[in-house]
Amino acid sequence: MQQQYTVAKIVDICVEAGRVMLENGAETYRVEDTLYRIAKSYRLENINVFVVPTALIITVQGDDGQDYTELLRMNDRNTNLEKVSMVNDLSRQLARKPLPPKKVREKLSNIINTPTNFTRLQRNLSMALACGGFTLLFGGSYMEVLPAFIAGGLGHYLFEVVKNWTNVSFFAEMVASFFIGMLSFVFVRIGFGLDLNIIIIGSVMSLVPGMAITNSFRDLMAGHLLAGVAVLAKALITAGAIGIGIAIVLAFL
Amino acid sequence: MILTYITYFLAAFVATFGFCVMYNVPTRTILASSISGAFGWLVYYIIALQFELVLFIGAGAASFLIAFLSQWFARRYKMPVIVFAVPAIIPLVPGSSAYSMMRSFIEGDSEAALLFATETFLVSGAIALGLSLNSGLFQVFSSRAFGRREKRYLP
Repeated sequence: MQQQYTVAKIVDICVEAGRVMLENGAETYRVEDTLYRIAKSYRLENINVFVVPTALIITVQGDDGQDYTELLRMNDRNTNLEKVSMVNDLSRQLARKPLPPKKVREKLSNIINTPTNFTRLQRNLSMALACGGFTLLFGGSYMEVLPAFIAGGLGHYLFEVVKNWTNVSFFAEMVASFFIGMLSFVFVRIGFGLDLNIIIIGSVMSLVPGMAITNSFRDLMAGHLLAGVAVLAKALITAGAIGIGIAIVLAFL
Repeated sequence: MILTYITYFLAAFVATFGFCVMYNVPTRTILASSISGAFGWLVYYIIALQFELVLFIGAGAASFLIAFLSQWFARRYKMPVIVFAVPAIIPLVPGSSAYSMMRSFIEGDSEAALLFATETFLVSGAIALGLSLNSGLFQVFSSRAFGRREKRYLP
């Protein structure tokens, strides 16, 4: 069957969709799956997609036997599940009825420009709430909830601020966890909260990479060994940075 | 006794809710994610801490339940499964033991560090196993019900 749109344009929208998904924290196997589906819905042959957390390669073959390859290098990642779900919906729409690439591009830029549902203050407050909840889950009493609420919320705020100032990796985590450790120590000293350890663990839950460790295991189990190991290494270094921040505080007690 | 369960349920609910807002989950599904997170933690608490079975079983059963609830919500709200599953497993994920492991290593207490490391890897392995076991079962049963379907790896 004759191709309706040029292959290069289709590969372009595939890469753009993959960029949006990776930037917003989709797992690598999901990105590969979605890109494969988008390319498949335009009836391309010999599709190969390779995704690691820092790069994306796609190669397809056009009708004339010519191969088209594009490589994308990824740097920054954050998590925005709404955008991931929107790209997912788009790929399903395309599977039903392939749209012209120009229109898909428009839809993708709409997705990119969708504002977040919550303001920064709301996000920080909810992180503080989560930190308060975690102290109870880790066996704390009601005495530890409020200190962790304050320390966790301020710590996460500081983390976001420092992350905007500098691009040195893992520096923001270290500064924020150092701050959390100091604040928790002061709280316990003045009798506001009892168990220092519980307060610290609850407060750093907004920074620790628990999600990344689980995701890396899911990648490993899906057979994406490279992506899994890469994510695991990053998670361990992040946990190390937080551990250093807290250990510095506790060393001088 | 009942009060303990209610406390833990609310605490896990609030923790999941916080991460829902952080991860920018669509507003109309936040409640669903938070409820599945709270139930998941409750199962983990009952199996792993109340009956004192190994952590692996508790975390696996909890993540299986979360994946099951997420599949159900995903059909109800017509959204991908990760929107529900990712925030809901947050209370279970071994972030605290990963941090404790690194802190113990830095403070020179290698024995405690190895204990925390084992816990971290076992629990995250169990969560991943629970999620993929559920999607495997889901694929096996749904492929018969909905006719021929292309295989894909759900979370």
